[in-house]
Amino acid sequence: MGFAQAVGGTRYLFPDLRTLLARATPLRSGDVLAGMAAETAQERVAAQRALADLPLRHFLNEAVIPYEADEVTRLILDRHDAGAFAPVAHLTVGGFRDWLLAAGPEALARLRRGLTPEMAASVSKIMRLQDLVAVAARCHVTSRFRNTLGLPGRLSLRLQPNDPVDDPRGVAAAILDGLLLGSGDAVIGVNPATDNLETTLRLLELLDAVRDRYGIPTQSCVLAHVTTSLLAMERGAPVDLVFQSIGGTEGVNRSFGVSLALLEEAHQAALALGRGTVGTDCMYFETGQGSALSAEAHHGCDQQTVEARAYAVAREFSPLLVNSVVGFIGPEYLFDGKQITRAGLEDHFCGKLLGLPMGVDVCYTNHAEADQDDMDALLTLLGVAGVTYVMGVPGADDVMLAYQSTSFHDGLYLRAALGRRPAPEFEAWMERMGIEAASGAGQLPLAPALIGLG
Amino acid sequence: MSAPVPWVELRRFTAARVALGRAGHGLPTAAHLDFQEAHARARDAVHSSLDLAAIEAELAPLDLPMQSVASQAADRRSYLLRPDLGRRLRETDRAGLPPAPGAFLFVVADGLCATGVRTQAPALIAAALPLLRRAGLAIAPIILASQARVALGDEIGEAMGAGMVAVLIGERPGLSATDSLGLYLTLGPRRGRTDAERNCISNIRPGGLSPAAAAEKLAWLAGAALRLGATGVALKDEQPTTPRLTP
Repeated sequence: MGFAQAVGGTRYLFPDLRTLLARATPLRSGDVLAGMAAETAQERVAAQRALADLPLRHFLNEAVIPYEADEVTRLILDRHDAGAFAPVAHLTVGGFRDWLLAAGPEALARLRRGLTPEMAASVSKIMRLQDLVAVAARCHVTSRFRNTLGLPGRLSLRLQPNDPVDDPRGVAAAILDGLLLGSGDAVIGVNPATDNLETTLRLLELLDAVRDRYGIPTQSCVLAHVTTSLLAMERGAPVDLVFQSIGGTEGVNRSFGVSLALLEEAHQAALALGRGTVGTDCMYFETGQGSALSAEAHHGCDQQTVEARAYAVAREFSPLLVNSVVGFIGPEYLFDGKQITRAGLEDHFCGKLLGLPMGVDVCYTNHAEADQDDMDALLTLLGVAGVTYVMGVPGADDVMLAYQSTSFHDGLYLRAALGRRPAPEFEAWMERMGIEAASGAGQLPLAPALIGLG
Repeated sequence: MSAPVPWVELRRFTAARVALGRAGHGLPTAAHLDFQEAHARARDAVHSSLDLAAIEAELAPLDLPMQSVASQAADRRSYLLRPDLGRRLRETDRAGLPPAPGAFLFVVADGLCATGVRTQAPALIAAALPLLRRAGLAIAPIILASQARVALGDEIGEAMGAGMVAVLIGERPGLSATDSLGLYLTLGPRRGRTDAERNCISNIRPGGLSPAAAAEKLAWLAGAALRLGATGVALKDEQPTTPRLTP
C-alpha cells in the first residue's frame, strides 16, 4: 500500500512504509549515501505529514523488513504486547506525539512493551530536539547488577580505560585517574586492542582485581566479541557483563558474527555465574546509526529506523547498559555536529521509550565536522534528557580507538551543572573512601600500589 | 588557578591524558589548549592534500615511471560524504594508465590524511623494491592517487593488468598520531574485490612500525600470496620475524 501527500502544490508519493519513514527522516548523510533521503525539504515535510496521519496500528500490519526474511522482525512482532499497546491503539503517529508530550512517567513505563521500534522511530521523526528531551526525561529505566543505575537524579559514567597495546599498567593508570574523578559507576569497561582470548582473560583478571582491592560497588567488562566472552566464561574467568555490538536486522547481526540464539546462550551463561549482588542484569550492548548500511544489510530502511530495531534485540536480554556510539561511525553516516546531536537524542529517546537503560557515547572522529563545543551541547542536552550514563575517557582522548569521547571532567561538569549524583552504592563508596577531597594535595584515597602501580 | 595534581606519577604508565588536574570541575587552561592544538593538527591533517611534487622528488631516485590520477570525488567534502566516489577512477584518467601486465603495482594514495604519506610511502617503496625484485617480481609504474579510498587500487590495477597491488594510504588521524600510513595488498586487483580479499599492514609511522619493517612484511606477504594464490582472510600473517618497533 502506498502513501500520498500534497505540499506546496506538489503531490508526493511514497510506495511503502519504509520509504515513507526514510523520506520523513531529518537530513543525515547516511540516508543520502543510501539514496533513501527526501530529495527536497518539502518532500521531507510531505512525508512527515503523511506519517503523522498514519494510525499506529498500521505498524502491526506492515513490516519494514518482511517477517519471513528477518529474525529481528519476528522478534518485534511476536513479542508485541497488545494489552500494553491499548492506551495508544486508537492514535495516529501525530496524535501519539501529542500523547507523549503530555504523558507522565507511570503511563510511559506501562507502554514500553506495547510499542514496536518502528513506532518509536516514527514519532521521533516528527519531534524536535526539545520534544525528544522532554519525553525521555520522563522515561525512568532502572537496571541493577552490583549497583543501581538509572534512578531519577542520578548520572553514571562508564570508565573507559583503553590502551593501544592492552598494557595492564596503562589500563590501571587510566582506571585510577577515573575513579579519583568519580567515574566508573556504570561499568569499568575496556575495549581490547586485539580481540583474542588470552588478552581478554588477562584484562578480566586485572579489572576484577582492581574492583576487589578497592572494594568498588560496580561491574567490569571487557568489550570482546560475545564468542570470546563465552570462551572466557568456560575458562572460569570473572565475567560480570557480556558485551556485544548489535544492529537492527538479522543481516547486520550476522556481519557482527551474532544471532539471537547466540546472544541468548551468552546471556544464560553470564546469568549462571550469579556475580551480581543487587540484580541480575548482565548484558551490555552497543549500537549505532549506519552500521546496517555499512554491512549492506539495511533492506532499504533509513538508518534511524534500523537503529531503533536494534533496541528490540537489546531489550530481549534485560541489559544493564545499552549505548549508541553516535559519532563514531563516521561522517558518511552523520556528517557534522548538528547531525550527531539530533541522532544522539533520537537514539536516547527511542531506547528509553522502549524501556532500555540508555547511555550515549557522545563522540566524534577527526574526519567529522564536529568539535568539543558540539559535544558539550549534546552532553548537556542528554543530561537534561536524563541519560543513564555517558563515557569517561582520560582527557576525552581515546588513545586506542583514536576518537574523542567525553572525559571524566565532563562527567563532573554535568553532575554539577544539573545536580545529578552517581549511583547510590557508588556514591556511598566514594564518600567512604574520601574521593571527593582527593583533588587537593596529600595522600591518595586509593593507593596506586594496590593495583600494580608501584 | 588549578589545584596541583597529587597523582601526576600515573603519567609514566600511559600515553593517555591522565592526571590533568582540575579547575573547578573543568580542565585547567593548559590541558584544554593542549587538546585544542592536537585536534587542530588532526583536522588540518584530514584536509591536507597529497604533495605530488614532493613525493615525485622523493621517488625520483628509484628511477620508476610515475603517473598521477584522481578518484571521482571532486573535493574533500565529496570524499568524506561519498566513499563510493573515492573508490572509482576519474573517467579521463583511465585511458592514460600505462599497461603493466602481471607486474607488482604501488598506488600511493592520500586517504584520510596525506601528511604521513609523503614521509612514509617513498621510504617504504625504496625498502621494498629490492626485496620484491629478488622474488622475481616486475615493478609497474608508480601511481599517485588523490581523493582515493583503498578500493581505487582495484580499478587502477585492473586497468593496467597488474598482478598484485599495494595501496599505501594515509590512515584516519587521531589526536596523538597524524602521520600514520596503512598498506593494503590485493592479489589480482579488479573492481568488486572486498576488504576480506586484502591483507593490511597498519600503523606505519615513527613510533609505530618502521617503513623498513613494513617493507619486509610486505615482501613476505607478497611471496606468500603468490604461493597461495590469494590475499585476504585465507592468507595468515605468519612472517617468522617479529615486527621491529622504531625507538
